[in-house]
Amino acid sequence: MKLSQLGIGKKGVVKEFTDLEMSVKLMEMGCLPGEEIQVQRIAPLGDPIAITVAGYQLSLRKREASTIVLL
Amino acid sequence: MRADIRVALVGNPNTGKSTVFNALTGLNQKIGNFPGVTVDKKTGYCDLPNGSTAEIVDLPGTYSLYPKSRDESIVFSVLADLHNTHRPDLVIVVLDASNLKRNLLLFTQVADLKIPVIVALNMMDLAKKNNISIDIDLFARKLGVQVVPISARKLEGIDNLKSAVSFAGSLALQENTIDVAAIAPQLVSGIKKVVNTDNPYLALQLAHQHETLAFLSEEENEQIEQLERDNDFHSQKAQAAETIARYNYINDLLYDTVTQPPAAEAETASNRIDKILTHRVFGFVIFFLILMFMFQAIFSWSAWPMTQIENLFIWLQSVIHNGLPDGPLTNLLADGIVAGLSGVMVFIPQIAILFAFISILEDTGYMSRVTFMMDKLMRKVGLNGKSVVPLIGGFACAVPSIMSTRTIENWKDRIITIMVTPLVTCSARLPIYTLLIALVVPNRNVWWIFNMQGLALTGMYVLSLVSAIVVAFVMKLIIKGRERGYFIMELPVYRMPRWSNVVHDMYNRSKTFVLEAGKVIIAVAIILWVLASYGPGNRFKNIEQKYHQPQYTKHIAPAELNKIIASEKLENSYAGVLGHVMEPATRPLGFDWKIDIALITSFAAREVFVGTMATIYSVDGDADNIQSVQQKMSSAKNPETGKPVFTFAVAISLMMFYAFAMQCASTVAVVYRETKDWRWPAAQFAYMTVLAYTISLITYQLLR
Repeated sequence: MKLSQLGIGKKGVVKEFTDLEMSVKLMEMGCLPGEEIQVQRIAPLGDPIAITVAGYQLSLRKREASTIVLL
Repeated sequence: MRADIRVALVGNPNTGKSTVFNALTGLNQKIGNFPGVTVDKKTGYCDLPNGSTAEIVDLPGTYSLYPKSRDESIVFSVLADLHNTHRPDLVIVVLDASNLKRNLLLFTQVADLKIPVIVALNMMDLAKKNNISIDIDLFARKLGVQVVPISARKLEGIDNLKSAVSFAGSLALQENTIDVAAIAPQLVSGIKKVVNTDNPYLALQLAHQHETLAFLSEEENEQIEQLERDNDFHSQKAQAAETIARYNYINDLLYDTVTQPPAAEAETASNRIDKILTHRVFGFVIFFLILMFMFQAIFSWSAWPMTQIENLFIWLQSVIHNGLPDGPLTNLLADGIVAGLSGVMVFIPQIAILFAFISILEDTGYMSRVTFMMDKLMRKVGLNGKSVVPLIGGFACAVPSIMSTRTIENWKDRIITIMVTPLVTCSARLPIYTLLIALVVPNRNVWWIFNMQGLALTGMYVLSLVSAIVVAFVMKLIIKGRERGYFIMELPVYRMPRWSNVVHDMYNRSKTFVLEAGKVIIAVAIILWVLASYGPGNRFKNIEQKYHQPQYTKHIAPAELNKIIASEKLENSYAGVLGHVMEPATRPLGFDWKIDIALITSFAAREVFVGTMATIYSVDGDADNIQSVQQKMSSAKNPETGKPVFTFAVAISLMMFYAFAMQCASTVAVVYRETKDWRWPAAQFAYMTVLAYTISLITYQLLR
């Protein structure tokens, strides 16, 4: 399952990334394989989304979220 | 000021790095540029307990040494350039103690460059509150560096940090973190030879970043590239491998030094606030209300100081006129330079208030929520959530706003933001709109509370935003992007603004504005003064002679006569001649040669329009008295038709012209500085002028 398919309030654990370039940027910000992610909310217009990962909040677009594969 | 030691501050965004900087340096700081690039360089001085002085450089916040934006790229180039005189002797890495894991990534990268490092463990208060306990001694031993726990917001631990700096040696004592060479063994050893370094991590970073680093020679660059081809180097794969290795190291490090309670399930305060502030309805309503309040404040709070500044300069002008002997130099000083300066200084209150608001919105964490809410909307028109900040800033002044686009990582998004920001109604347009609206829009109320003039002004603001969005959309289709856009951004926890940071920000940004815009405006004020004060041949002499004849001196009072002479001189000055040359081209827009002079003089800065109008319609005494300019303008008649010059159609057409035309030399200059390519400011100038001409033409032809 991809992060972009996760509903508000739901949790998942990062398994891998489907995009190398995005994975480098995400990992730098603490979003690593094995980390737990919780979807906090979705922006009023439906995109981007806000997630909690590694103890802080991150905002990313749905297209970017779709490169994160969850366990 | 000479310093004994140079210290760089490095850290993730939102770690309180600026607070640490302010706490170390106090008000003793200045903003400059890093050599060769337009990235703000904040430096300050700090007296150390051992009696020496440290120069502190605040480097832009970044998550890693691999840059994602222009600001971030400066961090590595400052730390890596061995021959640079700006290279720090010591680096303070500011870490957020409440989120050590992610913060340590940057630390390990900096540490591996083998510059002496001190760790400032900031936000200890927050970490304690969250029941995170850190074995600082063990942590310091494992890293091999001094670790100073601080709470910069409460100014706790700052003195310890200062003593740590004064005790720091010139040798890097930190442990190696990861086996860098293992990532690309042959490549690293090859580059080490090319640039003559024994640091493997520096070599690896050069492999990634050599193309953008100014300090490498062409030969070194080619050799590095050859090595990359020989070794089949893939930058992103290597970065991914490095990042994973670093997090493995960090996990080992944190395993027995930090104990953290399992993340609390209870909803945080920040989350509760977000439920309201990013709500699908209330979120936008609140954002709109905040903007409304901001504009009200900008205009109402600034009114009094602006009058004081104007009066000060009027007083200064009279002092110069009275105190110095009459002559062209006195006139140049009083009417050229001081008048030009006053044109800049008068905007300081508005700009300072706007910057205070922006700084508060950023500091509390609200601005990133605005970015979060607006991203989708902005993306539809070719912008980016982060474009919201410069666009809002554009209401004060395009110059600092264009500088603030540096946070936009994506090149295309950034260029489009730069291109449309000057369309937003800036504070320099305000005096023009006020004058022209007062001239042609009746001052009465409609629907009980709305003032017609106020509505007209609001209309101009709305028009500016709409036009910026439309132009951005068109540019999105024209400009080809070089890279993929992405939008990964931290949403920091809400917190109270740190007022000292707000004050610092307000002061520094206003200063930058005054210096940047001031230089250009003064230069142009001088040129314009010359153009308006001298004429070709002996035209001026002839005018003097003509009015000295008895038929004038007998029948007209001397004061009135002087005004007539001044007005006729202006018509015959170089500026007046230019105005006459332009008249045929601007006739379809409803402008006569007098308005054309104002268009020319206000090319450098829009607000000059009012002053020029004042001179052309020869108003008594001070040029800043808008009321009397307005009276003169409303009674001005076209000598051929006998009808008023400033009809509704002319005034609206003129406002449209100022709404769209790039009448601002400072903006042109800053766009060049930011894009490093004269074609961007040229294209911007061209499209805005064409737009201004066309829309004014249509407006005048429809309304007349």
